[in-house]
Amino acid sequence: MTAGTAVQAGPDERLARVGLLKRILLKPELGASLGAVLVFVFFAVLSDVFRSASGIANWLDPASTLGIMAVAVALLMIGGHFDLSAGVQTGTAAITSGLLTTYYGVNTWAALVISLAVVLAIGFVNGYLVVRTGLPSFIITLGTFLMLQGLNLGITKLVTNTVQVNNFNKIIGYDVLHAVFASEFTIAGASFQIAIVWWIVATILGSWLLLRTRFGNWIFATGGDPNAGRNVGVPVARTTITLFMITSLAAWFVGTTQIVRLTSIQAQAGFGQELIYIVAAVIGGCLLTGGFGSAIGASIGALIFGMTSQGIVYAGWDADWFKFFLGAMLLLAVLANQYIRRFAELSRR
Amino acid sequence: MADEPLLEIRDVSKTFGSVISLSGVSTTVRAGQVTCVLGDNGAGKSTFIKILSGVHQPDGGELLLDGKPIRLGSPREALDAGIATVYQDLAMVPLMAIWRNFFLGSEPTKGWGPFRRFDRATAIETTRRELADMGIDIRDPDQPVGTLSGGERQSVAIARAVHFGARLLILDEPTSALGVKQAGVVLRYIARARDRGLGVVFITHNPHHAYPVGDRFLLLNRGKSLGDFAKDELSLAELTKMMAGGAELDQLAHELERDPS
Repeated sequence: MTAGTAVQAGPDERLARVGLLKRILLKPELGASLGAVLVFVFFAVLSDVFRSASGIANWLDPASTLGIMAVAVALLMIGGHFDLSAGVQTGTAAITSGLLTTYYGVNTWAALVISLAVVLAIGFVNGYLVVRTGLPSFIITLGTFLMLQGLNLGITKLVTNTVQVNNFNKIIGYDVLHAVFASEFTIAGASFQIAIVWWIVATILGSWLLLRTRFGNWIFATGGDPNAGRNVGVPVARTTITLFMITSLAAWFVGTTQIVRLTSIQAQAGFGQELIYIVAAVIGGCLLTGGFGSAIGASIGALIFGMTSQGIVYAGWDADWFKFFLGAMLLLAVLANQYIRRFAELSRR
Repeated sequence: MADEPLLEIRDVSKTFGSVISLSGVSTTVRAGQVTCVLGDNGAGKSTFIKILSGVHQPDGGELLLDGKPIRLGSPREALDAGIATVYQDLAMVPLMAIWRNFFLGSEPTKGWGPFRRFDRATAIETTRRELADMGIDIRDPDQPVGTLSGGERQSVAIARAVHFGARLLILDEPTSALGVKQAGVVLRYIARARDRGLGVVFITHNPHHAYPVGDRFLLLNRGKSLGDFAKDELSLAELTKMMAGGAELDQLAHELERDPS
């Protein structure tokens, strides 16, 4: 190696040697994109309805609310943590808004702000406990998950004597809320949920945050090697807590979407969803060990979920098969990720 | 030879409780020169680095930067004074791209308010240029650090320290975990940093790595200085012998020889 081999800046002629294939393989969303195409083709061949405009509107709908959560959960996972309370927090947000408005007559906007504050506080507590104790976030958020599950049910029963909060459409300002969270728009004769737009916005925001900001760099470092990050001045604790709060923010948005759309909310809303978010993020290329993944990938993971869940119905199969497919896809995704990780960490010698 | 030392270490001592970790150690580091600190395990090398990098404060003696006494209260103060330490664990994240690692914690930004963003173009370009200036043969700043060999990682860490304004570079055993060839690569970058006018403190226990690149040699044994030599006062053979424990090694050789059968 001689002095000044490549002193001039600009494109390096040796770049070609890295190999296009390797560069593409290292994109975390690659596997998910391929999977999405395969799933789409598979069901499109099986069913005309699946590929019609109304069919597309139909499977984009479950993908959208899941996708908003999956993006936030993916950021958190890249930051090296899980949030098992993410699903139940959607319920907490909706129940808080619902009870405050319909039972206590709190102003609609104040109630929304309060429910947002409540879930953000939950996110803060999750993050703070993880940072302070150094315990795995899995166990900390399992604790908050169970507590919230109990609280959601207990408080709802206590106040309403039932297991749901109703009449959300009777509150002042419902039409505005409906326009923002639950309106529909028409393309090619099929009506699409506005949540699909919010999903795309969330994906763009998440991806921008991750790849184009300092905070994004800190997310990767926090998940990849927190000690190394700390040594060079990355605020690891603040990044972690912020990520938990972003997840809570997404949960508030999705919970609000649900109560506005359904005009009521079940006390069990969101139970079990937390694992689906993680599945979408992992199918999208997030490593369980943190430090690697993509927001777009998580969105595509959600898309695969939506296509599979509705596609099975359109194909005329029993919906019970859905979980089998989801599991198989998760397994495939994890295996592919494992391979990619080894590839990425491989020493070139 | 530069006339004014960049950093002068005078009679520095450090005790932890009743353990005397360093006592009466002196040496100098000049701009454009390499001062090697050699010693076996437990000789006080770590304590010595930690004093220079601001992690510990000496109990006795003083540090003079540019001829003026200085107190380094924290690693941050040391960095602000231009003293950068490249630790063995490197503070790099394997799964992240080289340019992301290069600017980790000090990311350049552009834009305003909510649109303030990581200036990727500048970061990538600067990384490429800094590595090229150090003669580091990295093809693509976008490849993950994990795909680099140990020697290359050390080199990137050195280039990073140089870029962020280090005048004095402290390298903690940068060659110890490396194979012969990789160690050679790192030694070349040490020489390159030296040629760019940095003062380098190179900590090692390998005289064969230290001698070719070093200008001064500080030998430590059990917290005491065995001597602080300029290169012309010392041959590699002498250095090796002192490192190996000198008289102790003679004794050991003698013992080992006695069993011919």
